[in-house]
Amino acid sequence: MERRSSSEVRARLVRIGSLVRKEWRQMIRDPASIAIGVVLPVILILLFGYGLSLDVKNVPIAVLDQDGSSLASGLIGDLRLSPYFKPQSVTSLRAAEELLAQRSVEAIFTVPPDFARRASSTGAAVQLIVSGTDANTARIIEAYVNGVVSAWAARQAPALAGPVLVQSRLWFNSANDSRYFLVPGLIVLVMTLIGAFLTAMVVAREWERGTFEALFVTPVRAEEILLGKTIPYFALGMVGLALCVFSGRFLFHVPVRGSLVVLLAVSMLYVLVALAIGLLISSAAKNQLVASQVTLIATFMPAAMLSGLLFDLRSMPAGVRAITYLLPARYYVALLQTIFLAGDIWSVIVPNALALLAMLALLAVALGAITRKRLA
Amino acid sequence: MNSPPPAALLECREVHKSFGPRTPALAGVSLAVSAGGLNALIGPDGAGKTTLMRLICGLLTAERGTVRVLGFDPVRAAQRIQERVSYMPQKFGLYEDLTVRENLDLYADLHGVSAAQRAQRYPQLLHMTDLRRFEGRLAGRLSGGMKQKLGLACTLVSSPQLLLLDEPTVGVDPLSRRELWQIVHHLVRDEGLTVLMSTAYLDEAERADRVIVLQSGRVLAEGAPQGITRLAAGRTFKLTPAAPESARTLQARLLASSTVIDAVPDAGAVRCVCAQPDGAAPAGSTPVAPRFEDGFMVLLRQRSVPEALTDILLAHPPAAASGAVIEVRDLVKRFGAFTAVDRVSFTVGRGEIFGLLGPNGAGKTTTFRMLCGLLAPSGGVLRVGGLDVARAGDAARGQLGYVAQKFSLYGPLTARENLEFFASAYGLRGAARRARIDWAMRQFELLEARGAAADLPGGFKQRLAMAAALLHEPRILFLDEPTSGADPLARRAFWRRISALADQGVTVVVTTHFMQEAEYCDHIVIMDAGRVLAQGTPAQVRALAPRHGLVEPTMEDAFIAVVERARAAEAAAPAAPAGAA
Repeated sequence: MERRSSSEVRARLVRIGSLVRKEWRQMIRDPASIAIGVVLPVILILLFGYGLSLDVKNVPIAVLDQDGSSLASGLIGDLRLSPYFKPQSVTSLRAAEELLAQRSVEAIFTVPPDFARRASSTGAAVQLIVSGTDANTARIIEAYVNGVVSAWAARQAPALAGPVLVQSRLWFNSANDSRYFLVPGLIVLVMTLIGAFLTAMVVAREWERGTFEALFVTPVRAEEILLGKTIPYFALGMVGLALCVFSGRFLFHVPVRGSLVVLLAVSMLYVLVALAIGLLISSAAKNQLVASQVTLIATFMPAAMLSGLLFDLRSMPAGVRAITYLLPARYYVALLQTIFLAGDIWSVIVPNALALLAMLALLAVALGAITRKRLA
Repeated sequence: MNSPPPAALLECREVHKSFGPRTPALAGVSLAVSAGGLNALIGPDGAGKTTLMRLICGLLTAERGTVRVLGFDPVRAAQRIQERVSYMPQKFGLYEDLTVRENLDLYADLHGVSAAQRAQRYPQLLHMTDLRRFEGRLAGRLSGGMKQKLGLACTLVSSPQLLLLDEPTVGVDPLSRRELWQIVHHLVRDEGLTVLMSTAYLDEAERADRVIVLQSGRVLAEGAPQGITRLAAGRTFKLTPAAPESARTLQARLLASSTVIDAVPDAGAVRCVCAQPDGAAPAGSTPVAPRFEDGFMVLLRQRSVPEALTDILLAHPPAAASGAVIEVRDLVKRFGAFTAVDRVSFTVGRGEIFGLLGPNGAGKTTTFRMLCGLLAPSGGVLRVGGLDVARAGDAARGQLGYVAQKFSLYGPLTARENLEFFASAYGLRGAARRARIDWAMRQFELLEARGAAADLPGGFKQRLAMAAALLHEPRILFLDEPTSGADPLARRAFWRRISALADQGVTVVVTTHFMQEAEYCDHIVIMDAGRVLAQGTPAQVRALAPRHGLVEPTMEDAFIAVVERARAAEAAAPAAPAGAA
C-alpha cells in the first residue's frame, strides 16, 4: 500500500504548478493561441453583430390571392414590379407553406378573401409570413413589403375607405433578433475552439517537437501532464466566455434572463468536456495537421451545423437528429439559449447539464485509461 | 522496503522488439551495465540503439525478454525508473518559446530539485555549458550546439542514478562537442555517475570505459574499447600516395582490393586495414598502431559481408571546362543589423570536392543558400557555372543539384514516387524520365527500399536525397551536412560515391562536422561568425595547428586552433555584435 505523505503531495503540486506556468508562458508568447482565445471572439461578435447584413434582391415569395378582385391583382402587380421580389403564385396556403418549409420561398404574401370589400368599407389587411431562419433577411423583407403596400395604398387613396395594414408573422424565430440568437451561438463556437481545437493542437505540438520524450522520463505523472494542459486552457476559455458575454450584453444589449452563476457553471462544464475531447483526439493524432483536421471535423463543424445553433433541430431528418444527441454542443446550445433568452428554467437546465456531466465522466474515464507515458 | 542495490544497474536479457512486420529492431539483446563509468553504445544506423534506450526508460515495451533498470521492471514500474534516471533523447525537445532559465526551472521542478540544490547546481551547469550569458534568451534562438548543451543541462538538473544519452553530439560542431564531452567526463570521474550513451562518433566511443556494439538488433561485442582496438592489431598500415596520384584515388584503389577491408584518407596519406593480420601488406606501406575505428571495422566485417558497392557511373559526365566552376568574391549577406556572411571569397574548379567547415552558426548554410540562388546576397560576386546567380537564377539553378540538411523528401511517398516527383519537377518526361529514375534506383541501391520514405533507415534517406538531386545530371552538387548522424559505414559509402562523382567531373561543395571527412576534400574553407578564417588544401590547413612533438596534428586540432585563435582576437578587439543564430 502506497501512503501519500505530505511531501509527495507537495511535490505533485510543484510539478503541476510548473507545467501550468510553462503552458501559460507558451500560450501568451504564441500569438496563435491569443488570436483564437481573445481576438477571435471579438472579431466574430463584431462581424456577426454589425457586418452580417445580406443584400436583399429578387427574393422569392409565394403569393396567395384569396380575394381575386381587381384591387387585389393591382396590389400583387405592384409587388411583381418591385425589383426586390420574385413573386410566385400559389393556389392554396398548404402549397405555400410547403414552399416556405423547403426554403423555395422566403415569405408568403396572402390577400384574404374579403380584401376588396373591407378596403372599401372599414380598412383592410394583408398577411405576410416570413421565414425567420435568418432574422436579418426577414426584417428586410418585412420592411420592403410594407413599403410596396403603403405606396400602393397611397396611390389608391381615393378608392379606399380606411388604411391597408400588413399583418406580419415570423415563423421559426419569434424573438426576431439575430443577435439574441448569435451571441449564445458564438459562445459555443469559441468554447469549442479553445477547448478542443487549441488543446489538441498544443498536445500534438509536443509530440511533433519531441518535447514529450524528455518530459516523460521525469518523476511527472501522466495525469499531471493532463492537468498541466487543462488548467491554462480552461482559464483561457473563461476569458473567451467573459468577452462574449460582456460584448453581447453591452454592445448588442442581448438580455441575460437567467443567472450569471448558472451560465458560468454550465460553461465550465462544457469547456471541460471540450478539453477532454481535445486531449482524447491528440492522444491518437500526434501531429498538428491531423489533430486540427480531426478536431475541426469532429467538434467545430458539428457544433456549428448540428447543435441547433444555425439550423433548427426539429427540422432535421430523424437520423441526423439522432446523431445530435451525441454532440455535447447540442446540450450547451440548449442551455445557453434558455439562460440567455428565457431564464433559469430548471426543467431544461437540469437534464442538459446532466447530459454534459455524464459525457465528462465518460471522457475522463477514457482519458485515464489511454493516457500513458509511452511513445507507442 | 530497502533492498540492497543490485549488482548491475541495468540488465537486459534476450530482449526482442519489432515495429510492424519489418525486421525486428531488437532481436535478442542481452547486456549488463554495472555502477560507475561511461558506457558507449555504438553501431550502424538502424542497429536498435534508440529503441533500446527507450525500452530502458519505459517509453516502449519489449515483446519478449526481461529488462531490469535499478532493479525495476520498465513495463510494470516505469514510473519508478523515470523518477530515478535522467534521459536525453536524440532530439531533445526543448521548449523553444521558453528561455534557457525557464527550461531549466521546468525540469528542476519536475525532478523535485530543492532551492538549495538549485543554488549549488545552476551555476555549475551554466558554467559548464557556457550558457550563463544566454539565461534570458529563448531556447528557440540558440544555435544547434547551444541547444544541445541546454538539453544536457536540463537532463542534469537532478542527480540521477543512471544517465542515458542518445547521440547527444549529433549535428554539433567539434568545439561544442568537446565541451559536451568535458561535462560528461567530469560527471563520470568526479561525481561517480553511471552513463549509457549512444554515439555515431567512434573517437567518442574510444574514450568510454566500456563499449557495447550493436548491429541489426544484436550485441556484436561488449567490453573495454581496447579489446576492440586489438582486433585490428597487425592489420593497420599507412601509405603515402606517389606524386601524380591523390590520396583519394589511392584510397579508391585500396578499397577495390579484396585484402583490404577499410581505407580512409588521413593527413595526406591513406590508412588501411587489411583483412588478415600480418598478411600481405600493401606495397610501400608502413605499419601503424591500430585505432578503435579500425577494430570496429574489423568487427563489422567479421559479421557481415560488405555490400558490393558499385561505383556510380554517370551517363553524361560534365564536359571539360576551363576556369573556375564556382567563383565567390566578397560575398556578403546581412539580415538586418546581423551580418551572417562577411566578405567570403573562394573558387572551386571542375571535378573538385570543396569542403565548407565551421561551428554551428558560422554562416555555412547561408552561404550555401546563396550559391543555390535560394537567397539573394547583400553584396559581392557570385558566379556558378559561369553564370551570375542573381541574374540568371533559373539557368544557373538548372545545372546544380542540392541536398538540404534535412533531406527534402516526401515522407509518405515511396522511394520511386519521390524520384518520379523530382524528375517531373526538373522537367524530365517519358522515356528520358524512366531512364533517369531507373539509373538512380540502380546506382543508389534503392531497389530494395520498401514503403514510405519517412520510414526508411537514415542511410537510405541520404542515398535517396542524393539520387533525387542528381536526376537532372547537374554539373555541380551541393550537400549540406549530408553525413550528420550517419554511421561510419554509411559515411564511407557516401564518400566513395562522392569521390566517384568528382572523378567524372562533377563539382562538389559539401559541409560537414566530421573533421576527418575534410581529408576527402581537395580544398577546404574554415568559417566562423560569417568570415573565412583559413583556406587551402587539407594539408595546408592542418599545418595551422600547433605541433606537439612528433604527433601529426589532426584536422580537428587544426579546426579548433583556428577558430579559437580567431575568437580570441575578436574578444581582444572592440566587440562587434556576436551572432549565434
